[in-house]
Amino acid sequence: MFDSIQKKLSKAFKSLKGQGKLSEKNIKDAVKTVKMSLLEADVNYKVVKEFVEKVKEKALGKEVLESLTPDQEFIRIVRDELIELMGGNEKPKLNISRRPAYIMLVGLQGSGKTTHAAKLAKYFKKQGKAPLLVAADTYRPAAIDQLVQLGKQIEVPVFTGDRKNAINIVKEAMDHAEKLVHDIVILDTAGRLHIDENMMQELEEIKKITQPDEILMVVDAMIGQDAVNSAKEFNNRLELDGFIISKLDGDARGGVIISIRQVTQKPIKFVGVGEKVDDLELFYPERYASRILGM
Amino acid sequence: FSGRILDEDVLEELEEIMILSDVGVESTKDILEKLKERYKKEKSEDPLLLLRDIMVEHLDNKPLNLNPDKKPFVILVVGVNGTGKTTTIAKLGKLYKEKGKDVVFAAGDTFRAAAIEQLKEWGKRLNINVIAHSHGSDAAAVAYDALNHAISKNKDVVIIDTAGRLHTKSNLMEELKKIKRVIQKVIPDAPHEILLVLDGTTGQNGIIQAKVFKEAIDLSGIAITKLDGTAKGGIAFAINQELKIPIKLIGVGEKAEDLQIFDPEMYCNALLGIEE
Ligand SMILES: Nc1nc2c(ncn2[C@@H]2O[C@H](COP(=O)(O)OP(=O)(O)OP(=O)(O)O)[C@@H](O)[C@H]2O)c(=O)[nH]1
Ligand SMILES: Nc1nc2c(ncn2[C@@H]2O[C@H](COP(=O)(O)OP(=O)(O)OP(=O)(O)O)[C@@H](O)[C@H]2O)c(=O)[nH]1
Ligand SMILES: [K+]
Ligand SMILES: [Mg+2]
Ligand SMILES: [Mg+2]
Repeated sequence: MFDSIQKKLSKAFKSLKGQGKLSEKNIKDAVKTVKMSLLEADVNYKVVKEFVEKVKEKALGKEVLESLTPDQEFIRIVRDELIELMGGNEKPKLNISRRPAYIMLVGLQGSGKTTHAAKLAKYFKKQGKAPLLVAADTYRPAAIDQLVQLGKQIEVPVFTGDRKNAINIVKEAMDHAEKLVHDIVILDTAGRLHIDENMMQELEEIKKITQPDEILMVVDAMIGQDAVNSAKEFNNRLELDGFIISKLDGDARGGVIISIRQVTQKPIKFVGVGEKVDDLELFYPERYASRILGM
Repeated sequence: FSGRILDEDVLEELEEIMILSDVGVESTKDILEKLKERYKKEKSEDPLLLLRDIMVEHLDNKPLNLNPDKKPFVILVVGVNGTGKTTTIAKLGKLYKEKGKDVVFAAGDTFRAAAIEQLKEWGKRLNINVIAHSHGSDAAAVAYDALNHAISKNKDVVIIDTAGRLHTKSNLMEELKKIKRVIQKVIPDAPHEILLVLDGTTGQNGIIQAKVFKEAIDLSGIAITKLDGTAKGGIAFAINQELKIPIKLIGVGEKAEDLQIFDPEMYCNALLGIEE
């Protein structure tokens, strides 16, 4: 399955040898191959449609057939276009100049928020900072215990407050952080559906109180077509600063990276590559273009 | 789609609906081929409803046994990280309890932080006994103890939680095989159900997940969770077609009562956006 896109493309182009320029008509198979591959990677259907149109334009303008290896030339255009779409060469950056800076993690149920709160805390601790974790998920059974245990593991304090009301916990955590000179406060929130009005309002409230420097949505790498709906809604309600893609240590192709970037124009900042607290990496687009294409 | 004929435009629209529901390219192609053939034979007033009927017909269906004669009836729950295993176990516990069964939970996720506490909290809420060891201990030993407890206390149903694991981690898949082997040491024909819990938002990776879990320990059914959102869980249809694993349960929320017995027609209607 892995080299299938290259094989298919080279087949599509072999039949074109000697035909001179690329045309709308003779590029059809190659474009379809790319389209199928992106759909198999779970890139959103509508995003794929737009994308292949753009690739078609680029390829037609570039006289790909002149080159000795038109299939590779074509795939290069596709890759470059994908990388561009994922943010090109821009360096993943967090805006954490305020002191203390607030980072708020949000997302659907089970996406990896709590785990990534701990991973981020560890990441900052390694940089010599003094993070505070805030357990603001009062819904999921033992969510607070989960964060407390992770905090213990990485030796980062966890603020749990009254364990009952997320808004109160967050407010008290703010006082606590100022008093104890923490420089980064990481808020874990409960998982919620983007269509759950009350729960979305709770996030808006937490945002209002803390004015976070970074609101990051944690998204599961295995998510399918619906990713755009939840990402769009979280972004509409909260103006996200970016995303963390979790569970990329599996074999999901990760088309979600393309989809959510395209519909929100917000960057992916980190990727999660395992269950352990060290399994966090910065996001570099070039690494994911081939994976998404299935190369 | 009522009153429309099955032309290229309609086919493309249907394809879009199915792909957007995560049914996947291959499975969509297959089912639309079947639709075209069928349409030739029996002209339909509404291609969408015909498609629905064909999908329903093709779904392999085998409902969960709610009144098992095996005692204890052993259910092993598996899946990748964060799909809803532990919550589904709580829901199943409530369901069997309401059928008058005496249920016990086994806290077989000894790995994730507070996974044991999570199941214990559910046990407390539902008044269901939880057999647990300490964090980091051997999951198979927990299952072993839970089964012996169930036998000695004359329990009806044992539901075993396991840690979320990606199918790509072969050591963790081996651990799962070991859990199954140990279960069979106590009760040779158990587990009587091995349920794969699949997150309803999952895309095409779901197929590989199901394939690998099936190869490792066999699967008797699928529970799709989180269908209370806007995702349609179409990957379960593709899995069902390709691997013949029946879909048995649908999760529609975070509470213990948010569980539905799989209904093929309801599922396909929701998947295709057909109002009932
Ligand atoms: N393999 C892998 N597993 C991960 C990763 N990140 C998180 N997980 C696992 O995914 C599952 C869910 O993670 P949580 O951090 O509890 O997710 P959450 O978003 O806080 O969940 P809720 O609070 O219930 O909404 C756990 O089993 C984690 O160990 C990752 O990058 N890779
Ligand atoms: N909306 C919704 N949320 C669900 C459903 N089922 C489970 N959840 C939520 O999804 C999150 C993960 O559920 P868990 O039961 O902890 O998942 P798990 O598979 O046991 O996770 P790990 O043990 O970490 O692999 C929790 O926040 C649950 O409340 C469902 O049907 N609908
Ligand atoms: K998930
Ligand atoms: Mg959490
Ligand atoms: Mg669990």
